[in-house]
Amino acid sequence: MTNQSSTQPLIQIRDLYKVFGKKPANVMPMVKEGLSKDEILAKTGHTVGLKAINLDIHQGEIFVIMGLSGSGKSTLIRHFNRLIDPTEGQILVEGIDVMKLNSKELEQFRRNKMAMVFQRFGLMPHRTVLENVAYGLSVQGVDKASRNAKANQWLETVGLSGYEAQYPSQLSGGQQQRVGLARALCTDAEILLMDEAFSALDPLIRSEMQDQLIELQKELHKTIIFITHDLDEALRIGDRIAILKDGNLIQVGAPVDILLNPADDYVEAFVKDVNRPRALTVETVMKPPAFRLTADTIGEALKQMKQIPANYAYYVTDEGFQGVVCQEALEDAVKTDKDAPMEDFQVEEMTPISPDALLESIIPTTMESDFPLPVVDADGDLQGELSRSHLAGVLSDFYTDDADNTESQKSNLINKDK
Amino acid sequence: MADFSWLSKFPKMDRETLLEIRKYLDSTFRDFSREYGDVIESFFDPLLDFLIWFEKLLVQSPWWAVLLSITALVYLTSRSWKLSVGVVVSFLLIGYFGMWENTMRTLSIITVCTLLAIVLGVPIGILMARSNRTRSIVTPILDVMQTMPAFVYLIPVVMLLGIGKVPGVIAVVIYAIPPVIRLTNLGIRLVDKEVLEAATAYGASPMQRLMGVQLPLASPTIMAGINQTIMMALGMVVIASMIGVTGLGQPVLKSITNQYFTLGLFNGLAIVALAIIFDRTSQAYAKRSQKHTQSGNHD
Repeated sequence: MTNQSSTQPLIQIRDLYKVFGKKPANVMPMVKEGLSKDEILAKTGHTVGLKAINLDIHQGEIFVIMGLSGSGKSTLIRHFNRLIDPTEGQILVEGIDVMKLNSKELEQFRRNKMAMVFQRFGLMPHRTVLENVAYGLSVQGVDKASRNAKANQWLETVGLSGYEAQYPSQLSGGQQQRVGLARALCTDAEILLMDEAFSALDPLIRSEMQDQLIELQKELHKTIIFITHDLDEALRIGDRIAILKDGNLIQVGAPVDILLNPADDYVEAFVKDVNRPRALTVETVMKPPAFRLTADTIGEALKQMKQIPANYAYYVTDEGFQGVVCQEALEDAVKTDKDAPMEDFQVEEMTPISPDALLESIIPTTMESDFPLPVVDADGDLQGELSRSHLAGVLSDFYTDDADNTESQKSNLINKDK
Repeated sequence: MADFSWLSKFPKMDRETLLEIRKYLDSTFRDFSREYGDVIESFFDPLLDFLIWFEKLLVQSPWWAVLLSITALVYLTSRSWKLSVGVVVSFLLIGYFGMWENTMRTLSIITVCTLLAIVLGVPIGILMARSNRTRSIVTPILDVMQTMPAFVYLIPVVMLLGIGKVPGVIAVVIYAIPPVIRLTNLGIRLVDKEVLEAATAYGASPMQRLMGVQLPLASPTIMAGINQTIMMALGMVVIASMIGVTGLGQPVLKSITNQYFTLGLFNGLAIVALAIIFDRTSQAYAKRSQKHTQSGNHD
């Protein structure tokens, strides 16, 4: 999302505080003085849930809020639709101060603006799958025929056609959460709140659901606020990630920022365990292409080649990346005809890699290649290069001791996927 | 020398003061009931009319018509042939042993009491579930209602309204209503927080939450409460007969005073039969209305 700064954020959270206890207002001065959570609990019996949270969330992004249990992430997400009221602070959605809504307006706001997916699904056990999906619409007073038609459509989208008349208890966890997702999508709300939506699912189903969410998001362009305690999940689906610890916002940034520039030791400790090749894409670690040839004739090409310190270069024309050229081959060619056009020259073919590819998928090719691999985007333009020494450097920050372990784990995983 | 006799003997109020207090309370209540008794009685007139009408309907209709409609009703709510046959057999026996009329009277008063208890109890239970303050006020009242010997509150009821059907109904309802209130409260409080949160998150109004989520999910517990209420109402029938409620209780009362063992046993067994029919029917209905728990669960 590069155009975020130009548009007004869809959701703004300003100086949000939440203190749990009997008289939170009395404790607020202490919180602002900067006393720690434990000190305040010991002195007053109040629990600080959230402290000075400021967030901007933009239209169309998947914003992940990550933290361990007790970090306040579930409390925070419940502030967006005011399932929990803050002790102090502002919540603006499309410029509307949610705190100023009266109960009727709040109901309307919840019906039309936001939909929520819950960790333990929150499905109504006494309603059929179809009735559950149509619940949001039935609350809005939409007539039965049209809400069922719409619910059927969403059930199909999430791959649960045929289960309409079942009750939630007859479905598996993954299927139940699909119902939860369909229910959220069925109201056409612009904002999707997902509270640890996939945390209760087993790993394979979870990654399936993550893929499905990413696929859906490509078509729907919703604004998704996703809570998780799993950094791998956050990195996989998040456009931006916010890290919470003890009710404090520690770092907000793109997945790469979090991975490569952790704000403090806490984040660094998290990042350490991340499976880097699975989390990073080529784009995030590649270097700008060092040497490129744009000459029309072989002689000119050799001249360009001699000016650069390396003995190879990427040959690029108006049509984009063509291949790799070595100095030796050029020298041989010049001997026969130095004015021959470059099109006739046999460039060494080399399969380029895509900037969106996960590192994991390109490790073997990069390691086998003598030259740094060219990174070429979908339009055929040369974006950068990735050498094996650079790739090894990126990975070895993390895989110093247990590289063998992770390799074998990975092959296990691959086998399982098959 | 100070008087230390209070150490060995409990210091009690002197006899005159105690007498004064009793006299004062008694006379105040007597004055109150003389003053307002008629007004209060007329307030209950519609209830009395309904009671009389309903009893007449059961007693004066031909026995086979009553039996047929009761069996049909039991079948419709429980969908159980076994239970329906049991109903026919037990009512035929009751009639054959000459207790038909009394059974009909008891049936009518129990039906009215149960309906009243539900109509009053479920809303009170809902209010109790809504706020902890209401609960902390209602709970001790329920404790008093359940533990206070029934005879004690029969006295003021009789003083106010005299002897008859209405005071009987009031006494039975006071005795039988606590379970339905308690279990309505409990059922609503036990509703899964996340399900309720989901309803709120989708913009359900408090009424939509109550009717669409809380009551349906609490209904097994509420039904258990109603079931208990019916059982307690049936148990109260004998005591209520002391203040003029006609029905199976009166012969039982008569057999206590005259030591008619067999008469007491027969009427007692008729009450048991009614209780079992009420119990099985309401439980079968509760089970049938929980469709989602019946069909094979996933895990």
